[in-house]
Amino acid sequence: MSSEELIRQDDVTIRFAGDSGDGMQLTGSQFTDTTAKVGNDLATFPDYPSEIRAPAGTRAGVSGFQIHFSSHDIYTAGDAPSVLVAMNPAALIVNYKDLKPGGIILVNTGAFTEGDLKRADLDSNPLEDGTLAGYRVIEEDINQRTIEALEGTELGKKDVLRCKNFYTLGMMYWLFSRPVEPTLTWLEKKFAKKPELVDANTRALKAGYNHGQLLRLFQGRYEVPKVEGTAPGTYRNIMGNESLSIGLAVGSRLAGLKPFLGSYPITPATEILQQLARMKNYDVVTCQMEDEIAGVCTAIGASYAGRLGITSTSGPGLALKTEALGLAVITELPLVVVDVQRAGPSTGLPTKVEQSDLLQSIFGRNGEAPIPVIACSSPSDAFETAVEAVRIATEFMTPVILLSDNYIANGTEPWKLPEMDSLPDMKVEFVTDPEGFQPYNRDERLVRGWAIPGTPGLQHRVGGLEKDHVTGAVSHDPDNHHEMVLTRQNKIMGIRETIPTPELAGDTEGDLLVVAWGSTFGQARAATERLQKKGHKISHIHLRHLWPLPYGLEEIFAGFKHIICPELNLGQLARVLTSEYPKYPFESYAKVKGKPFQAFELAAHFEKILEEKS
Amino acid sequence: MSEMQQLKAKDYKSDQEVRWCPGCGDYSIIAGIQATLAKLQIPKENLVMVSGIGCSSRFPYYMDTYGVHGIHGRANALATGIKVANPDLQVWVITGDGDGLAIGGNHMIHSLRRNVDMKIVLFNNEIYGLTKGQYSPTSPRGLHTKTSPFGSVDNPFIPIQLALGAGATFTARTLDTQPKHMKMVLEEAAKHKGAAFVEIWQNCVIFNDGAYKEWTDKRVRDEQTIQIVDGEPMIFGADRDKGLKIEGSEIKIVRADEATVWNSRAESPGAAFAMSQLDRHPEMPRPFGVFRQVSAPTLDDMVHDQIKEVTDAKGVGDLKDLIYTPDCWTVE
Repeated sequence: MSSEELIRQDDVTIRFAGDSGDGMQLTGSQFTDTTAKVGNDLATFPDYPSEIRAPAGTRAGVSGFQIHFSSHDIYTAGDAPSVLVAMNPAALIVNYKDLKPGGIILVNTGAFTEGDLKRADLDSNPLEDGTLAGYRVIEEDINQRTIEALEGTELGKKDVLRCKNFYTLGMMYWLFSRPVEPTLTWLEKKFAKKPELVDANTRALKAGYNHGQLLRLFQGRYEVPKVEGTAPGTYRNIMGNESLSIGLAVGSRLAGLKPFLGSYPITPATEILQQLARMKNYDVVTCQMEDEIAGVCTAIGASYAGRLGITSTSGPGLALKTEALGLAVITELPLVVVDVQRAGPSTGLPTKVEQSDLLQSIFGRNGEAPIPVIACSSPSDAFETAVEAVRIATEFMTPVILLSDNYIANGTEPWKLPEMDSLPDMKVEFVTDPEGFQPYNRDERLVRGWAIPGTPGLQHRVGGLEKDHVTGAVSHDPDNHHEMVLTRQNKIMGIRETIPTPELAGDTEGDLLVVAWGSTFGQARAATERLQKKGHKISHIHLRHLWPLPYGLEEIFAGFKHIICPELNLGQLARVLTSEYPKYPFESYAKVKGKPFQAFELAAHFEKILEEKS
Repeated sequence: MSEMQQLKAKDYKSDQEVRWCPGCGDYSIIAGIQATLAKLQIPKENLVMVSGIGCSSRFPYYMDTYGVHGIHGRANALATGIKVANPDLQVWVITGDGDGLAIGGNHMIHSLRRNVDMKIVLFNNEIYGLTKGQYSPTSPRGLHTKTSPFGSVDNPFIPIQLALGAGATFTARTLDTQPKHMKMVLEEAAKHKGAAFVEIWQNCVIFNDGAYKEWTDKRVRDEQTIQIVDGEPMIFGADRDKGLKIEGSEIKIVRADEATVWNSRAESPGAAFAMSQLDRHPEMPRPFGVFRQVSAPTLDDMVHDQIKEVTDAKGVGDLKDLIYTPDCWTVE
C-alpha cells in the first residue's frame, strides 16, 4: 500500500504511555493542540501517578495521556483506545488491556532490556510470550532511531534520549496525517533561548515523521477529516482548571470587583492558584497561605473589605475550611469556594477522579448552614460555571461551592469562546448611604447590603455569634435565632428564582431518564444518544445547580418509568434526590475506581435496565 | 481637622454593653486602645478590629469601628485578607494566649514572618477564661486548673520569644495595671509600619487571679520588673541602683552604672531574644517595653507594588485577551 493512500477514520482514540519522565503529557498536549487546529473535535484525559518521579521503569511510574478526536462532535475522552504508544514494558503492561481488540500498539523496543522487564515486574517479555496476541504490534527501537536522527549534535546521550518523545510524536503525526508546523512553532517559542534544543527536537520530530513515511511500519495512513457543520465562532483548546480560573477573573470583573484568592497548594486544584497568580495586571491578588484554613479566612476577610474572596481546594481542604464556611454563612459575605474533587477518603487517590464531595458540600457543616452548590460538566463549561458562581455569591451575599473534579481539571476540549458583549452584566453596588443603615437590612430577596470598611458612618461589626435580625448586635434571643436561621435558609432557597430548569436531551416521556452531574456529562450524553439511535426511549438531564435544585425537575421525573443516576461515588446525588422528591425511585449506578465512566459501560448498563424493566 | 471634629476616646466606643467580668484586665486594655486611637486621630471608618474566640475576642463589638469577630484562632488570617484587600485600612488583631498561641499559633507566626501591616494585641492571662479555667500555652508548669488537677506538665511559650523567632518587626510587652506604660507601647505599635506584636499581661480575676502578682504587686514590682527603653540604660530596683548587663547571650545583674544601654533597633534579634529568656529565670526581673523595632517591607505593600509593576509593564489587562489568546482559531 502506498504511504499516501489515506484510510478515512471518523473517530480515533490514542493513548500515549511511558515513564513519568518520558514526557508523555507534553507529547499528548502537542498532539492535542495540532489536532484542534486541524479542526477535529476532541477531548483528552491525562492519567498520571501521584509520585512526581516514581522509580523509573516501574508500573507505579507510568504516566498516560489519552486523546479522543473525531470528525463529528464528541463528549468524552474516549473509551477503549484504538492506538497505544508504549515507551517501555511497564507502560505496555499497565495499558494494553484497555485497547480495542485488533488495536495498534507502537512499542519502543529500545526500552525492553532484561533490566527494563524486571523493573516492570515481568518474568517474560510480553513482546515474545503471546501476551499481545490479537493486537497489531509495531516494534521500533525509538531510542536508537532518535540517537541516529541526532547524530553529530553536541547534546549528551541523556539529552538526546530525552528527544525520543518528539520522535514518537513525529511518527504519530505521520500516521494520522497531522501537520508538524504547529509543534515546530511551539518549539521555537518554548526554547527561544536554547536554540540547540529547538534544533534537536525539530530534528527528532521530522525524523519520526519521515520514518513513518519511509519505513512503512504502519499498514497505511489515516485521516480524520475535520468536523463539518461546526458552529461558526472562535475556538480555543482549553484545560478545565484554566477555563475555571479565567471564569473567576472574568466573573469578578463583570461584578465590578477585584478578586482575591487565598489558597494552599493541593492536587488537583493547584493550577487555579498558579493561573490566577499570573493575572496581576487584572488586579487579581493571590495569597499562597500557610494552610487551607488561612486560605479561606483571608478570602473572607478580603470580601469583608470589598474584594471578591475566592478560595480553591480539593476534598481534604474543603473539610479543613468547613468551620470558616459557617462564618461566611452567618456573616453573609460573598465567597467562591472551588473544590476540584479527587478520590477519597482522606488522602485517597490524589491524582484520580471521584465525585464524592457532593454531600460534604451541601450538608457538611455544623449548625444550619445552607450553601449553594454548583458543578461544571466539562473543561469549557468550567468557565461559565465559574461566572455563575460569582453571580450567585455576589447577588445573594453568600458563599458558593463550585465542584469540579480531576477529570475536568486536567482534561481538555475545544472551547467556543463567548462573544464579549454576550457576557452578563452583574455589577455589584456597595451600600454607601448612612441614612437608616443597619447591617442586616434586607431587600425583597432577603439579601443584606454590602457595606465595606473605609465608608464613613457605616461602621458595623460582623461575626460568628448570632446577630439581631436588624441591628446586627449580638443576640441570644431564641425567637431571633429561629428567625435568622429561617431567613438564611429561605434566602438560599430563593436562588431557585434565578436559575433555569436544565434542558432535557431527548423526549419528555420515556422508559429511562438519566440524571447526572459534573464530569459524567460526556459519557452520560454519549451513552444516551447511542441508545436513542437504537430506538430506546431514554433521555438525559444534566444538573449544574445541585443546591438548591432548580424548579421543574419533578415535572421531568414524572415523564419516565425509571430514573438512574450514574455517579463516581456511592450514590450521593441519588440520595439527595430521594430525600427531595420521595415520590420517585432514583436508582444509583456507582463506580469508585478513581477512573471516569466509559460511555459503552454506561450504555450497556442502561440497556440492561431497559430490557429488564420493559 | 477642626477642634470640633477632634475624636475623643469615647467616640470609639460602640453602643454595646461591655460584658467582661467586673475587675477584668480587659477594661483597662480597651480604654488604652481607645485613648491611643484618639491620640493619633485615626478615622473610625478606617479602622477594622479583628478577633478570634475567647474573652478578649468580644472586643470588636465594643468599638464603634468596623470589625470582624471571627472563629477560633483565625483572626490573623482574616486580618491578613482585610489588610491586603485594602491597605488603606488600619487593622488591629485582638487575641489571647489560647486563641493566638494554641489554635491560632500557625497563623500567628506566618502573619509575623510576612510582616503584614497590622497591630496584634495578645491579652495574656495564662488561662482559658471563656471555657472556664483550663491551662493555656502560657500557663506555668505546675498550674492547677480543671484540666490539670495535679498541675500542668506542659512547658509554656514565652510569647515575645515566639514573635521574635517568627521574625516580627515590632515586639513589645506591657501590662494591664500600668495604663501609662501600656499607652506608650500601644502608640509605638500603632505607629509602626509592619506587624506589631504586643503582649499584654492581663489579670483574669475569676480563673487565674493574681497570676502575675509575684512580679506586678506594688510592693515588689520595682525589684521584680524592669522597663526597657530604647537608648536608655537598663536600670531597675526600688532605689534604681541595679542594672542589667548583656554579655554575649548572657544577661547579668550589675550595678546601675554598669547597665547596658538598651537598643531595640539592633539589626540582630539576639539581645531581644536574650532579654525574653529572662522569663525562665526566677531570680531575674521581667522586662517590659519594646524588645524590638525594625523596619522591613510589608506584605500588603509588596503585593500591590508587584501588581503595579506588572500592570505598568503589561498594561491594564483586557478581559478579551484573557479569553481570546493567540492560539485560538476561527470556524467560518
